[in-house]
Amino acid sequence: MPGPIQSIQRAAEVLKLLAHGGAHQLSVGEIARALDLAKPTVHGILRTLQEVGFVEQEVEGGKYRLGAALFQIGTSYLDGNELRAKALNWSDTLAMRAREAVRIGVMHGKHVLVVHHVFRPDNSRQTLDTGALLPWHATALGKALVAFGEWPDGELQAFTRHTLNPDQLYVAMNEVRDRDWAYDLHELVEGEASVAAPIRDRRGVAVGAIGISGPVERLCDSPDQPPRLELVSYVREAARSVSRELGGLSW
Amino acid sequence: MAYIAAIDQGTTSSRCIVFDQSGGIVSVAQREHRQIFPKPGWVEHDATEIWTNVQAVVRDALGHASLSFSDIAAFGITNQRETTVVWDRQTGEPVHNAIVWQDTRTDALIKRLGDQDRFRERSGLPLATYFSGPKLRWLLDNVEGLRARAEAGEVLFGTMDTWLIWNLTGRHVTDVTNASRTMLMNLETLDWDQELVEAMDVPRQMLPEIRSSSEVYGTYEGVPVASALGDQQAALFGQTCFEPGEGKCTYGTGAFLLINTGSKPVRSQNGLLTTVGYQIGAEPAAYALEGAVAVTGALVQWFRDKVGLISSAAEIETLARTVDDNGGAYFVPAFSGLFAPHWRSDARGVIAGLTGYISRGHLARAVLEASAWQTREVVDAMNADSGVDLTTLRVDGGMTANNLLMQFLSDVLDVPVVRPIVAETTCLGAAYAAGLAVGYWSSTDELKANWHKAAEWEPSMEPAARDKGYRKWKKAVERTVGWMDEDDD
Repeated sequence: MPGPIQSIQRAAEVLKLLAHGGAHQLSVGEIARALDLAKPTVHGILRTLQEVGFVEQEVEGGKYRLGAALFQIGTSYLDGNELRAKALNWSDTLAMRAREAVRIGVMHGKHVLVVHHVFRPDNSRQTLDTGALLPWHATALGKALVAFGEWPDGELQAFTRHTLNPDQLYVAMNEVRDRDWAYDLHELVEGEASVAAPIRDRRGVAVGAIGISGPVERLCDSPDQPPRLELVSYVREAARSVSRELGGLSW
Repeated sequence: MAYIAAIDQGTTSSRCIVFDQSGGIVSVAQREHRQIFPKPGWVEHDATEIWTNVQAVVRDALGHASLSFSDIAAFGITNQRETTVVWDRQTGEPVHNAIVWQDTRTDALIKRLGDQDRFRERSGLPLATYFSGPKLRWLLDNVEGLRARAEAGEVLFGTMDTWLIWNLTGRHVTDVTNASRTMLMNLETLDWDQELVEAMDVPRQMLPEIRSSSEVYGTYEGVPVASALGDQQAALFGQTCFEPGEGKCTYGTGAFLLINTGSKPVRSQNGLLTTVGYQIGAEPAAYALEGAVAVTGALVQWFRDKVGLISSAAEIETLARTVDDNGGAYFVPAFSGLFAPHWRSDARGVIAGLTGYISRGHLARAVLEASAWQTREVVDAMNADSGVDLTTLRVDGGMTANNLLMQFLSDVLDVPVVRPIVAETTCLGAAYAAGLAVGYWSSTDELKANWHKAAEWEPSMEPAARDKGYRKWKKAVERTVGWMDEDDD
């Protein structure tokens, strides 16, 4: 078997870098510096990627961004806005049953990006946090996503004394895979808990996660117990309904 | 535990949604029906196909949740408004395809009937092609022998609510909200108006009995059929806008802003329609002012299907977010003229402010912003007619999933925009009205307690930017009018 092809590896690095930038566009110089490559090398890669439509420039000689062709061929790519549109009914129903705030997250680099947020149904003052980034290792959403995806590299910050260390996380992730749902207990904020389950597309890939979060008193029977099974079943049911909407389940 | 099933007979599909007591969705089923286009401007539906689909979605919705008819406390009905069907009383066979609300075949008839405001005082409506009365008249004039059969009492007229209730229960009735869209009902008496019926020249005996929106009309498979509301009125009900001054805007293909005006009809001086909001049993009817925008979601669909820069409607937000503003471009989607508050049938669409700088991201922004600016125009008209300024806009419909649009809407209206926790307010309204009729819910207060905020967007635009944007929008609108000439089809 031949070894990896360097130019493809580098092209992939360029695409990843542009993807992490989101709407922020990058110049040849910025990409070269970030990847520690020579400018002519980066320029050559970009020109090739531009020819196949994977990157594009607003103006000739300007900055680069991801191209439309990439979005069209990326079958595992699910637009967060699309996910929100498909999940609207089921996230509402989950919020009403659980009487808690609902969030839907997708992996975005090393973080969980909140693509949808439904307020806790008590008409109290709440602020929409769609677009916010959450640490994956201290949230149920993140654990549900990473358990069925890739383990992102990088330091795992301890937010409370309950935040899991990598060894504990490793064990926890096996449990998540067995049970098909995840929780966090005081791990991001002392006194708060969350429950989440993966949303799967038609190929069975976990493309997002849906979950609830709130104070431990409401979610758990006691402060050191996992969230109540009734709430877990609501979350799992919502995840199944959204998966069905995406064609991920036939029943 | 019992549930309420709402049947939503819409323009492109029929759906059945089963709700629980908290208003949560238990199951959903949907079937699309054919859009029949015999000629440019003509749109028809096969009413028999629709009835078959309605039976199927009811079966499917129950099946998905493993429910039987005995688990259902009542059926509620909401429907595409104004679509007109006539059928044989004996066989149940439609005499012609249903003529859909969008259909413009009655254009010439409308012109012959005279001044736009001729029937406004009695019916609350301007003379226009949508309303059912002129469509019924067209059928009587164009289906051979129909007038004689109608006079002999052999055929029946109905909007889609009437067609479904007749098939479900055997009774020939309609509700006040659907009747208020025929242009044949008197807004004060809530009964067929002799002068309107005579002016439209339709036989009175083919018209259904007008009932309230929330009462038991009959039973289907042993289950009471207990509500009927036109789709926009159902959304008003589902948003629990039971007090005068409360209103909502539903974003679908078009957008419809309805404000409850209480027990008296308010005549608009600013291009809005006066309509019935709902009537619960023997209680007095609640009236509403309605502002209709023809093209909102339809513009996103056009951008997807005809321009092809996006592959799904939701992707427009992704594309729009690649830029920070509209770059100076404004898109006025007057595809079939301008509706409220302008009512200009000679207008056609315009993209104004184009420069070499404009990219597809800017166009995507302009497409979304068009929905917000059109809402602003209708809200301004509503404020002028009611004399009270809107303080919050309650929204629903599929486009409320678009965060960028909702934020921009709040920015240009300069009021908070609030989405309730069940975005399916049309079905929810039909379910609520049916549930009230059979005692599943005790009162409108109980329904109000079910209403919860799911999301709220606060205005954050600088007043100067808002004023400039609105000024540019109005200039773009000016550029759409008078496009059509005498020799245009």
